[in-house]
Amino acid sequence: MFSYIARRLLVAIPTLLILIVLSAVLMHAAPGGPFNSERKLSPEVIANLTAKYGLDQPLWYQIWAYIRDLVLHFDFGPSFKYKDRTVNDIIAQGFPVTLKYGFWSFIIATVLGIVAGVVAAINHNKATDYLVLTIAIVGAVLPGYVLAPIMVLFFTLYLGWLPGGGWEDGEWRYLVMPVLALATGYIASIARLMRSSMLETLNSNFVRTARAKGLPEWKVITGHVMKPALLPILSYLGPVFVGMVTGSVVIDMYFSTGGIGKSFVDSALNRDYSVMLGITLLVGALTILFNLIVDVLYAFIDPKIRY
Amino acid sequence: MVSAQMRAGDLSGITDNFEIKGRSLWADARKRFMANKAAVASLFILIAIALFSILGEPLAAWTHEEIDFDLIGSVETKGMPSFENGHYFGTDDLARDLFARSAQGTRISLMVGFVGTFIAVLVGTVYGAVAGYVGGRTDAVMMRIVDILSAIPYMFVLILLLVMFGRSMFMIFVGIGMLSWLGMARIVRGQTLSLKHKEYIEAARASGVSSWMIILRHILPNLMGVVTVYTTLLIPDMIMAESFISFLGLGVQEPLTSLGALIAEGAKSIVQGSLWQLYFPLAFFVVTLYAFYFVGDGLRDALDPKDR
Repeated sequence: MFSYIARRLLVAIPTLLILIVLSAVLMHAAPGGPFNSERKLSPEVIANLTAKYGLDQPLWYQIWAYIRDLVLHFDFGPSFKYKDRTVNDIIAQGFPVTLKYGFWSFIIATVLGIVAGVVAAINHNKATDYLVLTIAIVGAVLPGYVLAPIMVLFFTLYLGWLPGGGWEDGEWRYLVMPVLALATGYIASIARLMRSSMLETLNSNFVRTARAKGLPEWKVITGHVMKPALLPILSYLGPVFVGMVTGSVVIDMYFSTGGIGKSFVDSALNRDYSVMLGITLLVGALTILFNLIVDVLYAFIDPKIRY
Repeated sequence: MVSAQMRAGDLSGITDNFEIKGRSLWADARKRFMANKAAVASLFILIAIALFSILGEPLAAWTHEEIDFDLIGSVETKGMPSFENGHYFGTDDLARDLFARSAQGTRISLMVGFVGTFIAVLVGTVYGAVAGYVGGRTDAVMMRIVDILSAIPYMFVLILLLVMFGRSMFMIFVGIGMLSWLGMARIVRGQTLSLKHKEYIEAARASGVSSWMIILRHILPNLMGVVTVYTTLLIPDMIMAESFISFLGLGVQEPLTSLGALIAEGAKSIVQGSLWQLYFPLAFFVVTLYAFYFVGDGLRDALDPKDR
């Protein structure tokens, strides 16, 4: 097991390196430097700025210095646009917000999705099943950026129950709509996945055996069906996590929650390359880490997998 | 993997062949697809939407960039859908005709869907088929590269690309296409791997068919089913990715628009009460995605040999 984890971590390193090198080369190749703004700067100022941020160094040295700072000091470097802020500051400000609503959406998506899928599978081909399926299909074609305005329209403008945006340190009324907008699509996919994997398990031989020896139906389901049926869900949690972070871009834009997605879009519009690169790297690293956790959990739950 | 049922099916097919002409894979699939009402209906809806996207602008009373100066400044009160002034879907904030803009936006969204998917299919199929057919170390290295690339948060990289190299249709096509061939490569590789050891390939080889003909007559048609199904499911993904980017304001540039950009504008203006700005683009978006999902489902049922 430990050698497996070590091996997976070793694969993660080239992935991150490729991401860094790719981004650095792109930055270098991009037309118009980060200091091109409406206000014309004199050549001396630009030369000073380039020297300050080390952009006058050869490309290989820039990449090396970036990796060195990152590995040794966990330092993503300075922001190209905000002189008094580092990329670390910007991440430290936005990330906890994203983490908070991301965490709740993750929990809600997983729990509601699994429950809906189980209910649908137990009532296979009955009205409940079709209801869940219909809702799931509707949810799948309504991404967050479509749901968010509809929810604001309904909850804020018609009912006046919830504030249409803002964060206020994550007070629950400000949390409800971001969490729901982020989770709905995933509730739908998890429910569909859970339903089909439940149905498959319900048809297998060991379930027939369990029923044949006279176990009550609820015991068959909790004791024999749930665990194997949950396995495909587990491997889907990696993509769900990535979706939570990517989705935060829309949530932050729409609800002004001020998470990492806002920093990313702002830096994209400002051509603040170092912030963009830092956030991309962070998300990449988290993706790898999360997939690793999921795989290790998989190995614990599924006795058939041996590393 | 071959089930008893499948074998029985194959055998009954053999006896049938003595009496009637053998049905090709595609004729068979077409028959099954036609039997699926939801899929056929969705296909017609898609054709209708495509026709609207092409013919909608010529038919409209206004072009997508024309500003109706009679309405400017009073869009909330006078810009609603009406047949009298020719704005069948109403106008946007700048008093531009929403009917023409919806048609034009749908066109861009469909185009991104098709071109992005085309690139993904082309690259993914070739890459996956090569990896699967050559096998051995080449396969291992090629698939490891796919593994590494799939860990990259691609939406972020795509935005990075668009910011650095400027927003253009070309960049969106290439960016979306190049970043989404990974799944296709994996699927095609797996399929090729299992296909090349099949008995009928061996039989073809034994009876002296050239490798070129084997690939053309036996591997490719069997690959086509999986590729077609995955393609139909990829198109809505591409459309969603594009509208995501357009929603952020990083997609196609004004006066051109896309469904994502229209939804974003509509979402901003609901506060003023001009709801038609959200409803019409949203309806096209949702119906298009729905239709693609149903067509994809129908194709999967029709083409997946395991599901017969």
